[in-house]
Amino acid sequence: MNVDLRQIRTAAETAIAENFAAAKAKLPGGRDVALRREEAFRRFEQQGLPHRRIEEWKYTDLRALMREGRPLAEPPSAAAKKRAKSAGAVLAGIDVRRLVFVDGAFVPELSDLSAEPGLAIGSLAEALGRGAPEVIARLSAGGPADGDVAFALNTAFMGDGAVIEVDKGVHVARPIHLAFFYGSERAATVFARSLVVVKDGASLTLIESHEGPDSVDYHANSALDLIVGDDAVAHHVKIGEEGSRALHVATLTATVGKNARLHDFTFIRGGAVVRNQLFVLCTGAGATLGLNGVNLLRGKQHADNTLVVDHAVGGCVSREVFKSVLDDESRAVFQGKIIVRPDAQKTDARMMTRALLLSEDAESDNKPELEIFADDVQCGHGATSGAIDEDLKFYLMARGIPEKQAEALLIESFVGEAIEGIAHDGVKEALMDAARKWLAVRV
Amino acid sequence: MLEIKNLQVEVEGRQILKGLDLTVNKGEVHAIMGPNGSGKSTLAHVLAGRDHYDVTAGEVSFDGIDLLDLEPDERAAKGLFLAFQYPLEIPGVVTFEFLRTALNAQRKKRGEPELMTPDFLKRVREAAAKLHIDQEMLRRPVNVGFSGGEKKRNEILQMALLEPKLAVLDETDSGLDIDALKVVADGVNQLRSPERAMIVITHYQRLLDHIVPDVVHVLSRGRIVKTGGKELALELEAEGYAVFEAEPV
Repeated sequence: MNVDLRQIRTAAETAIAENFAAAKAKLPGGRDVALRREEAFRRFEQQGLPHRRIEEWKYTDLRALMREGRPLAEPPSAAAKKRAKSAGAVLAGIDVRRLVFVDGAFVPELSDLSAEPGLAIGSLAEALGRGAPEVIARLSAGGPADGDVAFALNTAFMGDGAVIEVDKGVHVARPIHLAFFYGSERAATVFARSLVVVKDGASLTLIESHEGPDSVDYHANSALDLIVGDDAVAHHVKIGEEGSRALHVATLTATVGKNARLHDFTFIRGGAVVRNQLFVLCTGAGATLGLNGVNLLRGKQHADNTLVVDHAVGGCVSREVFKSVLDDESRAVFQGKIIVRPDAQKTDARMMTRALLLSEDAESDNKPELEIFADDVQCGHGATSGAIDEDLKFYLMARGIPEKQAEALLIESFVGEAIEGIAHDGVKEALMDAARKWLAVRV
Repeated sequence: MLEIKNLQVEVEGRQILKGLDLTVNKGEVHAIMGPNGSGKSTLAHVLAGRDHYDVTAGEVSFDGIDLLDLEPDERAAKGLFLAFQYPLEIPGVVTFEFLRTALNAQRKKRGEPELMTPDFLKRVREAAAKLHIDQEMLRRPVNVGFSGGEKKRNEILQMALLEPKLAVLDETDSGLDIDALKVVADGVNQLRSPERAMIVITHYQRLLDHIVPDVVHVLSRGRIVKTGGKELALELEAEGYAVFEAEPV
């Protein structure tokens, strides 16, 4: 007999299968959603957790890093919700519409649901429960992250998240902040899934923050499907501030329409293991993508940014700059794949990754991949890694600035150059502050 | 103010300075001239405290203290300033912020109160105006996208703000056209004072038409081989360095 199911082996894989068997009847949604979950779960059953022999996961061996499973998170307790009042503190003082999710569940009483013309906000659990056809259709197979097991697990287990829709031509002035907070004192797994649609000609600034306590070794698997319509503008900033023992896996899928712009920024400072994957697909000519990020890591932190930028149509511009500052034994991984399809002429795609190593034991792994099937394109990639520039440090010291302060200034300038690119001034300043706080621990 | 005795310096195992003696008193401007490779820039970097310049013999005393014992930032706080031949670009650090950080770091080290922003801005604006430096330039990252002349003026601006006791100008004329040279020289001349000494390092005499030195030294093969008045610079311009380049038997 031909057995095409892979034997489930690790404790974590067994726990995931048990969780699914026990939870699937209770997860939100009708029969069509249940089928979608089953279909996604089969992918996991066939492949298991991704490991180092899977090329896309070469540097982040999830099977090894996720030795044991965690039970699914319970609905948040009153105490957890109370703790969540501090959620999103990194953006304190900035005028945002905050939506708070505790242990994966939407908490309306902590969220700003005031009405705004042209903006619809709801929760995924509610939309699935109601059987909202447009939401269910969006969650169907065929998206740019199909095939990825971490994303498939999110689809199988998705419980709650944000569902946001901006009407055609509507400019949402106040950024929307999705604050994901781990409030439980028990180690569990949280699956959050959000769906954001910015329709033709509309614009939105969306911020996600992910945070939790240092005392709990929880797992978070989060996903966001972002649809940017023709001539629309979406700014997306993700702030990773998970607890120091947390494992965080996140997937962004984005489709970007004709002449639309997507500006994405990932800031990672927290978490023990972070895998941040972006699957971006240009569906309309003339789209502009700016995908940038900063990692500030120390101790044994591991952060992996993996990008797939798919130029399915021509005339699109994409730029990626990811910077890492790595201290102690930390490790940053950057994998960037640019695909230029046969019809995607006049593509202009450039990718850059730079690491600043503050310690002999820090490690930076970079893997650029260009798959170009069109002939009239410009594509490039570059990677650098090195220590603090001794000449620059001497220049600063010769002006009277002490060594540690000179180093801090140079590190700040290194990350500042990337953070500078964020359009929203308040968010930019908040992230610079967060970077300075990280640096202050060092000096 | 500055007393250098028998200074011997190696860079990557190669001896560059081979017993250099130099005394500079306050209020004096000394020019050090010499051919390429004679050790001019090495002297500048050793004085400022650059790593990988190994002092194998000799001593340098600055206002009675052993300069070689101090870190570069400590030397700066004591009043030593080096204007770089190739000022570095620091992307991401705004010039204003850089100037303020440097000035306040020095003041802090000297036990002086840090300057508040309004006082600081006033000082910077005044100093910048004298050097024809646009305010907009100060809001840009340090030296990024600056022309050669702008970079050199920015060095002199830093010198004006930091008010050193001893300024070492390392080939400040290199890469400047005559107009830029005049602006820089005017800036330097305004900073001449009976309390301040300067060492002007240059390959060419033309800078010394504008910054007129009290003493001129010729540096060749790691030693000062001739010292004279400002007229020595003119002689060198006419005759070249060849006469000094012969290795003594």
